[in-house]
Amino acid sequence: MSLLFNGRAGDNTTRRVGFFQRVFMGGINHLRQALASLGELWRSPLATFMTIGVLGLSITLPSTLYLMVKNTEKVTAGWEQAGEISLYLQSGTTEQQANQLLLAVSLMTSKIDSARLIAPDIALEEFEALSGLGDSLAYLDKNPLPFVLLITPKPQYLQPEPAKRLLQELEQQSVVDFGKLDIEWLEKLYAIVSIAKDIVWIVAILLCVSVVLIIGNTIRLNILSQREEIAVMKLVGATDNFIRFPFLYTGFWYGFLGGLLAWMLVAFLLWWIQSGVENLAGLYQAEFTISGLDMQALGVILLISISLGLIGSLISVQKHIKEIEPS
Amino acid sequence: MIKFDRVSKTYPGGQQALQQVDFHIEPGEMAFLTGHSGAGKSTILKLISLMARPSVGNVLINGHNLNDIKLSQVPYIRRDIGMIFQSHQLLMDKTVFDNVALPLVIEGYSRKQIQKRVSAALDMVGLLHKIQQLPQALSGGEQQRVGIARAVVNRPPLLLADEPTGNLDPKLSMEIMRLFEDFNQAGVCVFVATHDLGLIARMKYRTLTIKQGRMIDDGLNDQNDPLSTLSDLQDPNLPPMTKLPPKYTL
Ligand SMILES: Nc1ncnc2c1ncn2[C@@H]1O[C@H](COP(=O)(O)OP(=O)(O)OP(=O)(O)O)[C@@H](O)[C@H]1O
Ligand SMILES: [Mg+2]
Repeated sequence: MSLLFNGRAGDNTTRRVGFFQRVFMGGINHLRQALASLGELWRSPLATFMTIGVLGLSITLPSTLYLMVKNTEKVTAGWEQAGEISLYLQSGTTEQQANQLLLAVSLMTSKIDSARLIAPDIALEEFEALSGLGDSLAYLDKNPLPFVLLITPKPQYLQPEPAKRLLQELEQQSVVDFGKLDIEWLEKLYAIVSIAKDIVWIVAILLCVSVVLIIGNTIRLNILSQREEIAVMKLVGATDNFIRFPFLYTGFWYGFLGGLLAWMLVAFLLWWIQSGVENLAGLYQAEFTISGLDMQALGVILLISISLGLIGSLISVQKHIKEIEPS
Repeated sequence: MIKFDRVSKTYPGGQQALQQVDFHIEPGEMAFLTGHSGAGKSTILKLISLMARPSVGNVLINGHNLNDIKLSQVPYIRRDIGMIFQSHQLLMDKTVFDNVALPLVIEGYSRKQIQKRVSAALDMVGLLHKIQQLPQALSGGEQQRVGIARAVVNRPPLLLADEPTGNLDPKLSMEIMRLFEDFNQAGVCVFVATHDLGLIARMKYRTLTIKQGRMIDDGLNDQNDPLSTLSDLQDPNLPPMTKLPPKYTL
């Protein structure tokens, strides 16, 4: 394409090749440029490694926190499922009254999954066995324990609010002394988790901004160190876009490699924490594996870090390449 | 081909580099531009290659007014102009081949075309055997010739050279000039700024002379008496010119 000389366009034979071949060649060219940018990074390994290290660490922190929060949610979701309501009946309630209540409660099938009556004798036996206080309990002249009705609500009544309403309803029944729904600690946990989530988001956003700034600054230094080369390229007719692409690819590679490093670091950290978590879970006779670091997580981390790399380099390139003019 | 229409250039800072410069170089012509250091030779070439814009007046190439060229179009204009500089302006970390290939890569030529044309251009300047060297490994004159090969590799219709023989011995300077003559014979318009007066005298081409930003001789008025301007130029103690340029006294 010549603006000044009409006859000159035909001089360039590549203009005559077909559309698809041109697209194909363009693709090959971009691939070549991308690899060239990677080679350029390889040529100064120490500087490249330090930059990638900073990026990797910056992305590792929010990723790890995010996975921790997600796993916490998973754990607490398990606890929710085990939710039960204990109804303590008034002392002096006869077995017949207790059974009547059991029947009445069992009939509330829309809200209740199952109900079970625990007689005072059985409760005492269980208590003796678990507490090891068997002998001293023998001195009691009369069983102090009341009848207890253990109720498992339907799943939709397991959330804190509906469960509370169900509890109030059950407490209205006759012979019920009080009901207990150990849900306050769950609410507190929820609140803590939600604060933690907010913190993760804030940390993540701040670190993402810093990643963009780091990459932007690194690319800026790259551009300035190649001032003369860029001026020469402009002298022989390179468009800004032509000069831009290698730097954008550099940003891409920084993002990609930083993301990869972050993923490996997160995997390492989780592996490290896992043994501690297993210990803790063992104390609760439970098994628990930290999860979430799968291929999808890798994809998300890479996507985010590559986007950050591209944004950083784009900002730098837009600003600085225009400023360099041959003189 | 190149037309200056009452062009003045004042650099930021108030330095008046050109005042009311008028000249016209025909298509296919070969011409020299000469004058003292600081007279404004480089400025004229910069205005043609859009490295600077005129403060007043119009520069036209092939009838197109460069004032109408947008910033985004500048690269395409430069592809039509081969430029040679006194400082070679090569990429020092790229081989001779890559340097000469640069204009073709920018224009998206195919690998095969690039190979062919770069070899041809380097052959022309006698440096085909140094094709894989880095510029650092070349002498000043060789670097200059690499710059020339790069300027002509995409066969531009217009060739500008700013002190192309500054680093060269007289014999090599002459060879370079012969090279320019060859391009000119092939139809390329060649415009060379130099203060190598001996070289110009031997070449017998149109010579434009500029002094303190004014065109004092556009080479068309007194072809048979270039010596008067030359002697005038060689005396640095001459007072600044007060009379009107020859153009206005005609
Ligand atoms: N970028 C610039 N900013 C300010 N003044 C400039 C700039 N470039 C050139 N000048 C001034 O403009 C005048 C003409 O400069 P120019 O470079 O055109 O001279 P020249 O004829 O090429 O000289 P030489 O033979 O030494 O290369 C000089 O006085 C110079 O100081
Ligand atoms: Mg000059």
